[in-house]
Amino acid sequence: MPGATDAITRPRPHATATPRIRRRVHSVDRPRRSAALTLLASLVVLYTLVPLAWLLISATKTQQNLLGSPGIWFSGRFALWDNIRETFSYDGGIFGRWLLNTLLYVALGAGGATVLAVLGGYGLAKFDFRGKRTVFAVVIGAVAVPTTALAVPTFLMFSKMGLTNTPWAVIIPSLISPFGLYLMWVFAAEAVPTELLEAARVDGAGELRTFFRISLPLLAPGIVTVLLFTVVATWNNYFLPLIMIKDPNWYPLTLGLSSWNDQAATAGGQPVFNLVITGSLLTVLPLIAAFLLLQRHWQSGLAAGSVKE
Amino acid sequence: MTITSPPAAAGRGSPPPRRRGRGLAGWGFISPFLAVFALVFLAPIGYSVYLSLFQDRLIGGTTFVGLDHYQQAFHDPKLWSGLGRVTLFLAVQVPIMLGIALLAALALDSGRLYGRSFFRITVFLPYAVPAVVATLMWEFLYGSRFGLVGDLDRALGVTLPDPLSPSFVLAGIGNIVTWEFVGYNMLIFYSALRVVPHALYEAAEIDGAGQWRIITAIKLPAIRGALVIATVFSIIGSFQLFNEPAILKNPAPDAITTYYTPNYYTYTLSFSGRQQDYAATVAIIMGVITMVIAYAFQLRAMRREE
Repeated sequence: MPGATDAITRPRPHATATPRIRRRVHSVDRPRRSAALTLLASLVVLYTLVPLAWLLISATKTQQNLLGSPGIWFSGRFALWDNIRETFSYDGGIFGRWLLNTLLYVALGAGGATVLAVLGGYGLAKFDFRGKRTVFAVVIGAVAVPTTALAVPTFLMFSKMGLTNTPWAVIIPSLISPFGLYLMWVFAAEAVPTELLEAARVDGAGELRTFFRISLPLLAPGIVTVLLFTVVATWNNYFLPLIMIKDPNWYPLTLGLSSWNDQAATAGGQPVFNLVITGSLLTVLPLIAAFLLLQRHWQSGLAAGSVKE
Repeated sequence: MTITSPPAAAGRGSPPPRRRGRGLAGWGFISPFLAVFALVFLAPIGYSVYLSLFQDRLIGGTTFVGLDHYQQAFHDPKLWSGLGRVTLFLAVQVPIMLGIALLAALALDSGRLYGRSFFRITVFLPYAVPAVVATLMWEFLYGSRFGLVGDLDRALGVTLPDPLSPSFVLAGIGNIVTWEFVGYNMLIFYSALRVVPHALYEAAEIDGAGQWRIITAIKLPAIRGALVIATVFSIIGSFQLFNEPAILKNPAPDAITTYYTPNYYTYTLSFSGRQQDYAATVAIIMGVITMVIAYAFQLRAMRREE
């Protein structure tokens, strides 16, 4: 969101610096580009991209070629389409089922988490009520509790309620995003002018109507950021489904892929590395696409979160 | 634990003085979140405490055992070895990861890079990659058969250390976690650097300060809050280490034990050992240790400011 963070007044670069006093044509805001620094930075880019490039290249290889050719270059038949076909047909087409499960968990889990965080963050930012500070302290304190420490008792509670091995066991814990609540709070405090709410109240609009008609549109950029982060958290979750779900028919993609990978290590199991690799690629692509397409939004939301220290 | 002070009535104008209806509306907006929060955060914590104080036996039912489980934990070599391992991980991996992230953020912020936005988005991408997939990729790359390590060995005619061997697997895990989170932390630092008033740099330059001086005297103090938050989250993450070792368990069975990290140990106790009471105890101990260390770090880091 250029505008919010760029609102700092920037001095104009000295276009006509007299060379004898100062040879700086490049100001603080327009420094000279540095090839050396770019070269150093490209090492980090290379480190980031090598595994992803390897994944892309390996997804084009057959199981045999995987084992017999250097990992970082193409070789043999271009088998990507075959691999994708096989990924979706192997084991009775269970990969497609895993994909749908993941979409279900993300839609309900991340969608619900975003709704709760938006309502809660708005309530904390725009209303004064007794116990507000306590609410904040408890929620932030909860961030420090390791989620995995909660997982075992949650599992036991859910199994008493008969929820384990159902989608609800994954969806319900995904509904809480303390980080999302915090981000929404900061964002709502900045984005919704209190005067506007006051005016609406004077006109006799109820709080809910004010929220939907006035506040919600103003909150949109923050909502996109929170949604993106909760989607990533839900899509990538592994530990929660690992303990809650035993039935492969309810696995999300992450659990399914690791079960295929483990097949090679079990006695009499058939190694399907080409499917593990192709499946991994198919798991990663949607999120990477979402991040690239929605760049503006999540970066602006993060910026809003970092303004307040 | 307050990571940053809540934005007390930030923005334009403070909220109006409390009236009964207004306060109720505030509760109305926050209550859905709090209801689910009570179910998935507060109830399990309470239940954990309850479990840790009782012993469930086949014969005799459930009996109150007080702090017996806690005593057992303090004398449990498996828990301490896992704790030692994540502490070592924390001491080595977190500074490396945050160091690279900070340098990358400073490079981005300096405006001296060609292809800035390409660099920013590319380095961030691993954040979108599930830990499972990241670990699978690196597992293959580490493999001496058809991985990068094997290729390098053959190309150079050397034998590189095997990242999946018992002595190197922790470093192997450290590399995976670094790969996953460098970009995310870089973005946090970069977002914080973006809001530092540029007039400060101008003034410093006129005073004859060099680039390093500007970084150490202006930029780093300005983003202290972001540095503290990133470190606290990384501390919590290190103590929770589970996904990577759990997925590497199969390809590296000799290197990774079922109690490799405290979390892995809790998982093993609970789901293979059927010792839920004791698992809950270990989970509570880990939760407390994590909170104490994160909180202590934050206090120290923030106190230095004054």
